[in-house]
Amino acid sequence: MNQEIFNSLRVDDRLPHILCPGCGIGSAMNAMVRAISESGLEKDEICVVSGIGCSSRVPGYVDCDTFHTLHGRAIPSATGVKLAHPNMECIVIAGDGDLLAIGGNHFIHAARRNLDMTVILINNFNYGMTGGQYSPTTPQGKRAKTAPYGCVERDFDACKMAEAAGAVFVARSTTYHTPHLKGLIKQAIKKNGFALVEVISQCPTLYGRLNRMGDAVKMLEYFRDNSITVSQVKEPKDAEGKIVIGVLHDSEAQEYYDVYKKVMELAQKVNK
Amino acid sequence: MKKSYPKPVEYKAKSGIEIHVIKEFCKGCGICVEFCPKDVLNLGNDLKVNAPNIEACNGDALCELRCPDFAIFVKKLKKNK
Amino acid sequence: MQLLSGNEACALGAIRAGVRFFAGYPITPSTEIAEMMSEELPKLGGIFIQMEDEIASICAMVGASAAGMKAMTATSGPGFSLMQEGIGYAVMTEVPCVIVNVQRGGPATGLPTKVAQADVMAARWGTHGDHPAVALTPWNVMESFLLTVKAIEVSERLRLPVILLSDEIVGHMREVVSIPESVPIYERKKPLKSADEYLHYGDDTNFDAPVAHFGDGYRIHISGLTHRKDGFPTNDPKTIAWKMDRLRDKIDLNRDWLHIEEHFDLDAETVIVSYGSSARTALEAKYEFERKSGKKIGFLRLVTLWPFHYKKVADLLQNAKRVLVVEMNQGQMIREISRVVHRGIDVVGVNRYDGELITPEEVLTKL
Repeated sequence: MNQEIFNSLRVDDRLPHILCPGCGIGSAMNAMVRAISESGLEKDEICVVSGIGCSSRVPGYVDCDTFHTLHGRAIPSATGVKLAHPNMECIVIAGDGDLLAIGGNHFIHAARRNLDMTVILINNFNYGMTGGQYSPTTPQGKRAKTAPYGCVERDFDACKMAEAAGAVFVARSTTYHTPHLKGLIKQAIKKNGFALVEVISQCPTLYGRLNRMGDAVKMLEYFRDNSITVSQVKEPKDAEGKIVIGVLHDSEAQEYYDVYKKVMELAQKVNK
Repeated sequence: MKKSYPKPVEYKAKSGIEIHVIKEFCKGCGICVEFCPKDVLNLGNDLKVNAPNIEACNGDALCELRCPDFAIFVKKLKKNK
Repeated sequence: MQLLSGNEACALGAIRAGVRFFAGYPITPSTEIAEMMSEELPKLGGIFIQMEDEIASICAMVGASAAGMKAMTATSGPGFSLMQEGIGYAVMTEVPCVIVNVQRGGPATGLPTKVAQADVMAARWGTHGDHPAVALTPWNVMESFLLTVKAIEVSERLRLPVILLSDEIVGHMREVVSIPESVPIYERKKPLKSADEYLHYGDDTNFDAPVAHFGDGYRIHISGLTHRKDGFPTNDPKTIAWKMDRLRDKIDLNRDWLHIEEHFDLDAETVIVSYGSSARTALEAKYEFERKSGKKIGFLRLVTLWPFHYKKVADLLQNAKRVLVVEMNQGQMIREISRVVHRGIDVVGVNRYDGELITPEEVLTKL
């Protein structure tokens, strides 16, 4: 039976999921679930953690320990789980509004702290679940339900921010480049430290419709035609207006729990 | 946990490649149809995907990987990798 | 025998009771608890982490507890306000944990270094929605130890967050105490059913129950959405009502053993009701009045503030003609007391809310 993927999913009465037809989150979930199973991880070694939003509904469909927390708080919640079970793989999956607006502070500090976790940031440029309001990644001038005349604010680059905060692995892909995305998620899981994979994703029902980007297919064609890989960027102007995909940053740094173990050893020595 | 899901509709090519579609999960988004390099698929009258051109399928399974709803699966030839 | 502060005793109580995870944020006057935990937990192989804010602290604490560790955090007013959503999340997801609130003057930044008892109602209704709450209040250093141990036991048995409502005076005062070397540690029970049959919120899991945690191989789903017995979200009215009743039952079915208080001379006509550091003053006032006038004064010290045991307190106060409620706020517990006392009974608040410890003289003027 080639529907082996269902071994990794909670199928009974859970599928089809609540996401819209053509939603990029579904494709990202597809890539994530395959990446996890191809990583050789046992189901009982994983905890998938999310916040609130369309992207955060993903854990409910995955067959492992799943933790659907408060808006913006997936990362600190995952921190608690990981410290209690350092051998479990914690994968955080959440959206742009959840991770970067209300959860922005936790995002920055987790990158700085470098506790081992994989964060999959699904960026569909708006708050989908609540109807399409603008988020920290909505580009200036684009329409949203709370920006009917065009977004006043500038957006920022979550990947640059994560790198600046100290993330050891930062990568980006899109829901068009699904095999590439699957590979990046596998790399991120393998990395010992804070690993971020940003997934540019289509929201055809809201962001796409409000900005006349066409249906899911049209939006995916846009991602295909406007993406450029890291190696193709020879000078900064090559990347202007483009989505840069690939591994943007890969470095080494001491992982939080490894340092904490040394603290425990020291404390126990002093205690004797 | 028991894994029960609706029975897929199977499209079989002479080569042995098969495409299985779980119609209950398909939401008719058209992503698999539009990005199939071999134009194997289309949306039927029920607005769900089917595979009228199954013979042209090369088994790349991009549709299976892209599908947001786990509705389409490709059973490749029994060659081992 | 040791000379300990209330905060130190609280931290020790947590450690003795098996807490091995503390996530917190510095805030006066609770910081000493975090500092002691940062020193002691690594020695025991436990986890101490200072998070970036109180919201992260409570979320990390809930995550660690859902993964099987006994967990605690400590804060004061402003941090307590920030933690409310997290407290509600722990209630909804039925994750045991203890939140220590060493009360200080409020609202907002208020009086970081001065005492108040003004978070009583916040401890009951701080977070949104219908929810049960348990709050215990120590009045001396020994109780800071004992009630922390009790709070952990209660939270574990009921699968509910419990608030230890201390205050700046009790937290910072020092007394000579004899702390037991060990206390009974409540061990969480492992589920008996297999993963296929186990329901995280099944009917047999509301009290003293076997519960699965992350990492046990049960593949549980924990969510803050109102949910079914298996933890998945629901919009079905019957299921929603079931869950809301299940949460309320945690208190309704356990009100008796949760109720802790001490009382003397309740056959007297005038009764003083108090709690926390105010109760020390109230008791002193009672003895002074009795010395001077020869008349007996009743004394009721509440230790469990929430759940308020309406029936028991009504019984205890049935002989009183006059009730004084001594508290360092503008009148919070007095609302509950007034509700259970007969009509025609004088209920008088003796209040101080200027950051100073209320004095026996202030109580005597009302007697």
